[in-house]
Amino acid sequence: MALKLLLEHDKVEGIRYYDAYRKHGGYRSVEKAFKMTPDEIVEEVKKSGLRGRGGAGFPTGMKWSFLAKPEGVPRHLVCNADESEPGTFKDRYLMEFIPHLLIEGLIVSSFALGSNMTYIYIRGEYAWIVDILEQAIAEARNNGWLGKNILGTGFDCEIYVQRGAGAYICGEETALIESLEGKRGNPRIKPPFPAVQGLWMRPTVVNNVETLAAVVPIINMGGEEYAKIGVGRSTGTKLMSACGNINNPGVYEIDMTISVEEFIFSDEYCGGIPKGKRLKACIPGGSSVPILPANLLLKTAKGETRYMNYESLSDGGFATGSMMGSGGFEVLDEDQCVVRHTMSLARFYNHESCGQCSPCREGTGWMYKILKNIEYGKGKMSDIDLLWDIQRKIEGNTICPLGDAAAWPVAAAIRHFRDEFEWHVLNPDESQTRNYGLAHYADPVHVPAGA
Amino acid sequence: MKFSEEKLNKVKEIIARYPEGKQKSALIPLLHMAQDENGGWLDVPAMDYVAELLQLLPIEVYEVATFYSMYNLKPVGKYIFEVCRTGPCMVNGSDDIIEYIKDKLGIKEGETTADGLFTLKPAECLGACGYAPMMQLGKTYREHLTKEKVDAIIDECRKNAAVNN
Repeated sequence: MALKLLLEHDKVEGIRYYDAYRKHGGYRSVEKAFKMTPDEIVEEVKKSGLRGRGGAGFPTGMKWSFLAKPEGVPRHLVCNADESEPGTFKDRYLMEFIPHLLIEGLIVSSFALGSNMTYIYIRGEYAWIVDILEQAIAEARNNGWLGKNILGTGFDCEIYVQRGAGAYICGEETALIESLEGKRGNPRIKPPFPAVQGLWMRPTVVNNVETLAAVVPIINMGGEEYAKIGVGRSTGTKLMSACGNINNPGVYEIDMTISVEEFIFSDEYCGGIPKGKRLKACIPGGSSVPILPANLLLKTAKGETRYMNYESLSDGGFATGSMMGSGGFEVLDEDQCVVRHTMSLARFYNHESCGQCSPCREGTGWMYKILKNIEYGKGKMSDIDLLWDIQRKIEGNTICPLGDAAAWPVAAAIRHFRDEFEWHVLNPDESQTRNYGLAHYADPVHVPAGA
Repeated sequence: MKFSEEKLNKVKEIIARYPEGKQKSALIPLLHMAQDENGGWLDVPAMDYVAELLQLLPIEVYEVATFYSMYNLKPVGKYIFEVCRTGPCMVNGSDDIIEYIKDKLGIKEGETTADGLFTLKPAECLGACGYAPMMQLGKTYREHLTKEKVDAIIDECRKNAAVNN
């Protein structure tokens, strides 16, 4: 069995509630943290090498150390639970089944950062999880872990749950802050960064759910021990949301030393492709990251085994690699059409663009329209180059990374599957009745019997 | 539309979550409450009422209500089927589920049945990719959808509506 730090007790009966959670070692990290100084906690997180689990992978300890501490100005910790990246549902799992793990991580982190009013900003659609979190917060308060002068330390802390109302962009930290202030989710121009002027222009740290939950094992075991798990700069464990055409979709905690091949084909994880189909492609880190054909997914362009960690997944850059991103791992089998799938993602980004920057507002709509034409047999050969041109002009030219997130999937699809786009253009009728299939990018290793 | 005494107490409790003078932060939670109270959608009087409660200009409320996809600015059915159709749901057959619902209820995307019971509102990723295809129905998710499950959900809604009337 793989090492589990976050999901160690997820199957224990009643773990959603305080008594069972406490019985299985819950809230020990708070007891330990209160014997340390806030700076010592930040130091442990730095030593752990923990990187933001929301998608960007920025070192958490470093982010914490940027927090400005002007005299007399309150600071805030905000938990980003606006999980909306297509393919990603790990934070939901964690909050739904082990809510106290997040609350525990929030108390330790709030203490480390000096936040007396901490907010969980959760996507509006996760309405039932709001109730679960509020119940966990109430239990924590009733048992003395929240409120005034917690455990006699003099530290006061309250945690509030704020529900969003349907906007992917609010996962971007400055859009989230705007939304939490009761405004449209338009990202802010940086600088100033939230660490200096965030929520209500006060110094603010925004961290992902999984990141804050990981603070619990880091404090319990110590940053150095945590850093020994994994490989290189991919320390600790990572939650993966596995979906698409696989036998066992779900949330898995991995230590980042396993190979992509093992993750897809072993019964401990995805369990292979259903119905004897072959692997065609995969988006390994949420819909924004480049799609990879099977032949570049299992092995890098250099022919080395590809592993489930930040460095290995991005080996080869965007030319032949992808990214760990949020850990939303979507597998496509031989029956899937890359053009249609890319069109669906383009529609998503067009729908979710906040409209502030013209390259993204206009460009995402153009890309969706062109992809729709190609998919429905009305495309021209020049459309493929036009798509390439548009995505290139969005990338890097917007206030927030939604522009990049919309551009990358289109770029990668054309880069690796150009022949499939061309086939759609050249065969407008046939492409409406059958899929292009596998072609040269099939997985050469896993060929089911009879295929 | 006006909130009951009990709801107004809830409003006070929500405003108390933020520092003094920052009651605008309560806008999104209050719009959720107003929508629930107002038959599932926000009309101008409902939005103006929220503006008054929070001492905001009406435009501050309209600009937020029009930004977020969960606020309905037109009347909707009693039951809204929000079927996800983004990538991971699509590869697991969400297109077929949407077509099936359209056929079965005789409505197009975004429309409401004549009896006012059902609205079909295709949605973008709802964070249930491993349990696809799926739909949001009220406060809950219905996952691993099949045509049979859709039938059962429709029957369940009709029964609930009959009991509540």
